[in-house]
Amino acid sequence: MTRLHIDWTLCDGRGLCTELLEEMLAEDDWGFPLARDGSAEPAVPAPLENAAAHAVSRCPMLALRLVGRTS
Amino acid sequence: MISATEAPSRLLSGDGTLDHHLARHGRLPLLDGSQIIGMARDASLTGRGGAGFPMWRKLGAVAASGRPPVVIANGAEGEPLSGKDRVLLTRQPHLVLDGLQLVARAVGARAAHLYAPAKLLPGLRKVLADRRGAGLDPLPVTPTVAPDAFVAGEESAAASAVAGRGAVPSDKRVRVVETGTLVQNVETLAHLALIARHGPGWFLSAGTFLATVSGAVARPSVVEAEYGVPLGELIAAAGGPTFELQAVLVGGYHGGWVPADLSLPVSQSALAPFGASPGAGVVLALPAHACGLAETAKIAGYLADQVSGQCGPCVNGLPRMAWTLADLAARRPRPGLPGEVARLAALVTGRGACRHPDGTARLIVSAMRTFEADVAAHLAGRCLATGGRR
Repeated sequence: MTRLHIDWTLCDGRGLCTELLEEMLAEDDWGFPLARDGSAEPAVPAPLENAAAHAVSRCPMLALRLVGRTS
Repeated sequence: MISATEAPSRLLSGDGTLDHHLARHGRLPLLDGSQIIGMARDASLTGRGGAGFPMWRKLGAVAASGRPPVVIANGAEGEPLSGKDRVLLTRQPHLVLDGLQLVARAVGARAAHLYAPAKLLPGLRKVLADRRGAGLDPLPVTPTVAPDAFVAGEESAAASAVAGRGAVPSDKRVRVVETGTLVQNVETLAHLALIARHGPGWFLSAGTFLATVSGAVARPSVVEAEYGVPLGELIAAAGGPTFELQAVLVGGYHGGWVPADLSLPVSQSALAPFGASPGAGVVLALPAHACGLAETAKIAGYLADQVSGQCGPCVNGLPRMAWTLADLAARRPRPGLPGEVARLAALVTGRGACRHPDGTARLIVSAMRTFEADVAAHLAGRCLATGGRR
């Protein structure tokens, strides 16, 4: 299962990911991405894999990664 | 000031000298790496820095990382309520450093570091020189200053500090052990040094942990006990309660409040229902006349100040959570205030490079539960503990 990893030390809350991947991510009170499923490293459903890869490539802070691990 | 208890004990009695160490414990037996990992496994030795992770699994992961391994004895002890690592490094530093050599051998380390507060380092440098003279440290140990900050002892912060970068946590996409770095709390290392001498079976029946007991007790102390010891015995070892107790904070500023049930065993399983764990052995006794919400708000304010400033949800969320709790503690209620505390706690959890937001949220959630009656009273402008009325 592919998961979306957010490096919080890099994330600046620019908000591109929450626009490109709104099915998975909402904005929190301060504009930082918040996984809609409540998990720290949300699973990427197969239909959203392209959108997730797009969000990863567009993050201006390079704060997003797709990872393969299960936890 | 916290002092070690006068009761005889294994880890707390000693004068820190090599002569005393060798007379009492002798030299380490010769063991190979797989024997050391096997002993840590058979003894079920877990980390004493707070997370309680099995040591042998970390050793295996570092050995298998394919990177040149580095081992770090972590004596940073940024937790203000904890004094056990400082006492251990003063009384029995050679056990810690024996343990560091053992883990170095277990993972085939190329470098070893002792990471400790600046005020301990002059004494520890002398200890290291004595060991070099006696041939006890086949792998030389480099001392590094641990800054006086709450998160400085976090695993990745310690690794970063000895690598010459700042003592701040880093992202965990790649775990610290996967980078070939082993960070172990100094107490864990001291236990390993005893296990190497006496065997895992001995540790399973007689192993101990160090606790720092403070608050409403006659003699705030570092005490040594076996897991499962009733809370009341730890408090008695610190001179006993000075007032009727209302609750006890177990596990420190990232721990949880439990009712003042003196028969409650201090163990992973007995504390889990309260969202607490023995952690690094911190026990704070709260007297009946002190407001648990106000105490927790003070701690939350401190923890919000100790944010390292890297992660947005923590930088923003911890101060907001602390202010919200402070409003409740000061009886400045507004609609939905307890719900807002719970929402913020859930919002910050899991959203940082380290567990600082998670631990802070856990403490606050446990306070809201343990002091539930006072939450209701505060919303009505009263305080049950202090008798205050607004």
